[in-house]
Amino acid sequence: MGSLRLVAIVLLLGSPAFAQTYGVGRTPTADEIRALDISISPTGEELPLGRGTAKEGAQLFQQKGCVGCHGRAGIGGGPAPALQSKTGQDVPIWERERILPLRAPFATTVWDFINRGMPLGNEGTLKPDEVYALTAYLLFLNKVIPEDQVLDKQSLPKVKMPIGDDYARLPVWKHGTPRLQGYPY
Amino acid sequence: MGSKRTSRRELLKGGAALAGGFAALGQTPASGQAPEHDHASGQAAAPVNPMIMGTKELIEYGQRSHYVTSVRIAHPIGGRPSPDDFGKVFHVASPLQDSVGVITPSSLHYVATTRGSYMPDIDPKQHTLMIHGLVDRPLTFTMEDLKRLPSVTRLHFIECGGNRHNGRGKTVQETHGMTSCAEWTGVLLSTLLKECGLKGSATWFVAEGAEEVKGASSMPIAKAMDDCLIAYGMNGEAVRPQNGFPLRIMVPGFEGIFNTKYLRRIKIVDRYYMNYNDFGHLDKDPKEAALGFQIGPKSVITYPSGAQLLPGRGFYEIKGLAWSGGGAIRTVEVSTDGGRKWNRAEIKATPQRMAHTRFGYPWNWDGNETEILSRCTDEIGQVQPTREQVAKYWNVPFERNYRVPGLDNSVMPWKIARDGSVTNGLA
Repeated sequence: MGSLRLVAIVLLLGSPAFAQTYGVGRTPTADEIRALDISISPTGEELPLGRGTAKEGAQLFQQKGCVGCHGRAGIGGGPAPALQSKTGQDVPIWERERILPLRAPFATTVWDFINRGMPLGNEGTLKPDEVYALTAYLLFLNKVIPEDQVLDKQSLPKVKMPIGDDYARLPVWKHGTPRLQGYPY
Repeated sequence: MGSKRTSRRELLKGGAALAGGFAALGQTPASGQAPEHDHASGQAAAPVNPMIMGTKELIEYGQRSHYVTSVRIAHPIGGRPSPDDFGKVFHVASPLQDSVGVITPSSLHYVATTRGSYMPDIDPKQHTLMIHGLVDRPLTFTMEDLKRLPSVTRLHFIECGGNRHNGRGKTVQETHGMTSCAEWTGVLLSTLLKECGLKGSATWFVAEGAEEVKGASSMPIAKAMDDCLIAYGMNGEAVRPQNGFPLRIMVPGFEGIFNTKYLRRIKIVDRYYMNYNDFGHLDKDPKEAALGFQIGPKSVITYPSGAQLLPGRGFYEIKGLAWSGGGAIRTVEVSTDGGRKWNRAEIKATPQRMAHTRFGYPWNWDGNETEILSRCTDEIGQVQPTREQVAKYWNVPFERNYRVPGLDNSVMPWKIARDGSVTNGLA
């Protein structure tokens, strides 16, 4: 019964007659998609070619003006959040500071954030090498990776973040379901 | 019928000539010099109002009376103060205390931004929406393309995740002003996804804006196919720049930040992407994570509310707004004795799914000190809790400054003093 239904669904989805097509819209070229697609998956599949290390990142952190808002070596004190943890690695992650390159579940999240949102006023101007280098620097500052580790398309998604698996997954969303079963009483 | 039409046309013609005459002279009739058609026979005591000249601006794009001065304010008490350390205003709150309907005028709709008061100035002729990823046919739509497709028009609220009330807010604008409701027109995302053909492995989608940070959020594909709306219209005209011109996604009932403005790209994917905006939703506790996602049932009394003054004992219709991310509002109850007795309020129009719903409750104030509150229930049975009930759920002692975990949809009390002054019941 179940498998029959599955076959029926597959047939329906596969048949061009099922696809409701108004014939509106244009197919973008592969190059157009690549140019716009800045979403970086935890698998890193969309990461561009390039490489960087913490040492290069430290220089960029000065040159690009990051110090002005995040403080020297990201220690804070300016108008933007601190980027270097002051707590020890023996402290449980959820009791440590809410710092992106420390708490993020994936190093790709750090890369994505810098690539989209930094630096203030010049967003989207960093080259891939620079984003790899700044990511490496911030992860090094928070003792996530060693200073000499090269980050690139292959190594970045493999970085083990301190949070590990210790974070909540969002509930499966369905039409007409309460946001939390049995809440508040 | 015919004669009626003629007489009305003549009347209109006469009126136009009159207005034209004033415009030519560049003046309005002085008070006391009533125009000839103003036959005030036997009503000498009636005030004679000055006239407003129909300027080019007023004819082309009208404006409200200069007696109406209700304005938005920089939201002072949210998670992020406005103005912030950079001097920028991130959050702008809507004057709910002056709202008299369900729709928030576009000029008064609340605004939240990522980088302060700046917004992109997008040429709609150049703007496109690209849908790609796990689809059979990636497609790019121009604004013209989108307007060719079947459209829907729906009322929906948007509420900012930072719309939390505590004892610090003096007015309902300060405590609850980061929610608004507008009429949105556009194409259902499901229509576009059917055009592209979803692959079986599609489970999430990422919506991305064209603003400076290219803000992006991961959302479940089930929501995309259910009721997400790609909106180009707001309250009968183009979406305003502060609200995402020329295109935004409406994700009805989800926290404000998901309703991506300046929408330029939707990527269909097979996992949660944990990108720019997603990190903001990272939580340790799955229950708390669930409460920071879909908006709960919430209501607030807007009249009488904080900083207002009741002129004396007697009749007042208590008025307010109720909304829920779970669907339409089913019932609203009002208490005028600090929560001892709850009374069914009147719902003012047919409640819409994920839209503000106006309620009213007739009340005779006896002049004594009291506290007024409202609570609502939505169509799937979710009930708005008091802060005490929330604390009990989490098994923590209830204190005056208790912070509700997740999005705050707790009951809001207003205190009425003997002199008629209304203040924050949490203060």
